[in-house]
Amino acid sequence: MGILRIVLIRVLYAAALLLAVLVLNFSLMHLAPGDVADTISQSMGGADQEILDEIRVSYGLDQPFIIQLGKYIANVAQFDLGYSFFYNQPVSRLILERLPATLLLVITAQIAALIIGVVLGVISARKPKGISNYLVTFLALFGYSAPVFWTGILLLITFSLNVHWFPVAGMRDVTIEGGFWTHFFDVARHLVLPAVTLGSIFLALYSRLSRASMMEVLGSDYIRTAKAKGLSDHQVVYKHALKNALSPVITLAGLQFSAVLSGAVLVEAVFSWPGLGTLAFQSIIARDTPTILGILFFSALVVIVGNLLTDLALRLVDPRVGGRE
Amino acid sequence: MMRPLLDVQNLTIELTTRDGVAPVIDDLSFSLNAGETLSFVGESGCGKSMTALALMGLLPANVGRISSGHILFEGADLAQASDARLRKIRGNDISMIFQEPMTSLNPVLTIGEQIAEVLRAHQGLSRKAAWEQAIALLDAVRIPNPKGRAGDYPFQMSGGQRQRAMIAMALACAPKILIADEPTTALDVTVQAQIFDLLGDLRKQTGAAIILITHDMGAVAEMAERMIVMYAGRKAELGPVDQIIDHPRHPYTKGLIECVPHIQSELSSTRHDLVEVPGIVPSLREFGKDQCLFASRCRYLTEACLAGRPKPKEFANAQSADCWHAEEL
Repeated sequence: MGILRIVLIRVLYAAALLLAVLVLNFSLMHLAPGDVADTISQSMGGADQEILDEIRVSYGLDQPFIIQLGKYIANVAQFDLGYSFFYNQPVSRLILERLPATLLLVITAQIAALIIGVVLGVISARKPKGISNYLVTFLALFGYSAPVFWTGILLLITFSLNVHWFPVAGMRDVTIEGGFWTHFFDVARHLVLPAVTLGSIFLALYSRLSRASMMEVLGSDYIRTAKAKGLSDHQVVYKHALKNALSPVITLAGLQFSAVLSGAVLVEAVFSWPGLGTLAFQSIIARDTPTILGILFFSALVVIVGNLLTDLALRLVDPRVGGRE
Repeated sequence: MMRPLLDVQNLTIELTTRDGVAPVIDDLSFSLNAGETLSFVGESGCGKSMTALALMGLLPANVGRISSGHILFEGADLAQASDARLRKIRGNDISMIFQEPMTSLNPVLTIGEQIAEVLRAHQGLSRKAAWEQAIALLDAVRIPNPKGRAGDYPFQMSGGQRQRAMIAMALACAPKILIADEPTTALDVTVQAQIFDLLGDLRKQTGAAIILITHDMGAVAEMAERMIVMYAGRKAELGPVDQIIDHPRHPYTKGLIECVPHIQSELSSTRHDLVEVPGIVPSLREFGKDQCLFASRCRYLTEACLAGRPKPKEFANAQSADCWHAEEL
């Protein structure tokens, strides 16, 4: 099977999955008490039933559920995610404005956690009785058990308030001027703490898994063969063992993609990172249904794309996946 | 007299287990001449594979170690050699084929690459030259369409083909010694015969000495000039294959030969069932005791057997047996 055909089949599956996500999200939101009319009347300092009804009619909230759902799906199919009553902006624009910040945070955290996790895992697997192994085990346990918002706040206090290495909040400093690289380094400086916070929990997972996976692989017959060929330790570990040990780690990383996104909500809140998480948080408070639905839709999209990429990465690492006939 | 290619002297290997330290190879001496085939025979756990791993310097780290003795290869002691020196010898002067062709090849590297990397590591060939040489080697081990198959992964090959690829890999640098650790145990009987044929032919072409570790007495008779029978980490008997099969001087060898079934043998009053060697192999805790370790299973048992470890008895025909009763047999 060619890669193109696999991608095509996956895209078809993804479309069906997205439709299910849409229906489910919309139904759930509909079941929740309160709507935008309540919020508007609250901000007006209260309103009588007549005005409430008027608002509902003007936003189409008086229609039966099934009609509202149908309209919503038809709109999404045309890439129209609706209009945010709270922000007075089209939802898609709102999301696309925030999406890059979240993607930057999430992808940086994932990739850093993966690379550092695998390196730590390999180091501790090579010397299971060495001090480095205990250090990695401790780090992993700590990273996994500490709640992200707590880690985030601790890092903030230590590295922003006490030693002033990194900025406290936000994604860029509006006061600085300069070319691309000035802004690049500014964003990078802002990114460090949130990415470390978000990555810490996944670093723990990846380092433990790659350690276990590597130890298993190092004990296998083909590693003995590789040694019997007279290859150097470096070649045995990084060429023969690592490629085999990576498959479960990549699979886990793919599965964790959704968890990273939800973790991002908390981390963004702690660091005032202007991403989807902050937006989701604010729109839930404001009962801004179209925005919430839009964010959920985009999250589903990101997870599906992430899984597809994972699948392709697995194929690169392990030729047995998907087998050539 | 010519110096043997490999001269193992009083080799003792200790294995650390939960119950303590056991000598899994206990005072083993043998030599291997250039171009000769020497076969190791014995039940599972008797130390055949341990000996092979020790020759390669691949004893399991932290568990097994050479506690005394020498492994002289072309006069230099491998038991004392550094890792770097051993790496230069492994895969180049001494190489090994393993029992399980299914798991002994790396599943995520192509066959061609796995052969070519040996050539690059030891002979400094370029990427392209090594690949072409790998294809030639696949052809030499009779894999059809070697050019196409070189790019295949192990999972795309059958068990027999994988073992052929393994042999190609082991022979890549024209080693002086090829250690074959039960090379056919995991294969079909028809494929077994092909692999032995192949090994025999390649030996004639390359002149490599072969250490053949096997359960298969038929293969020993066909392939090897000399054989060593191992029992519980010790040498039981050593000598030319024909003579040992014709007249074993150790009760264990005798038992092993008797239990080989023959397709044409008829059931008779003297042989009405498949023969077996009664009893079981002693546990690791028994290893190293100063007595004959085969005593509990032996029909020639006397008090002398329990009083001390038997000394090797040398016979005029180069046969030697570690048994108090060797002359009586």
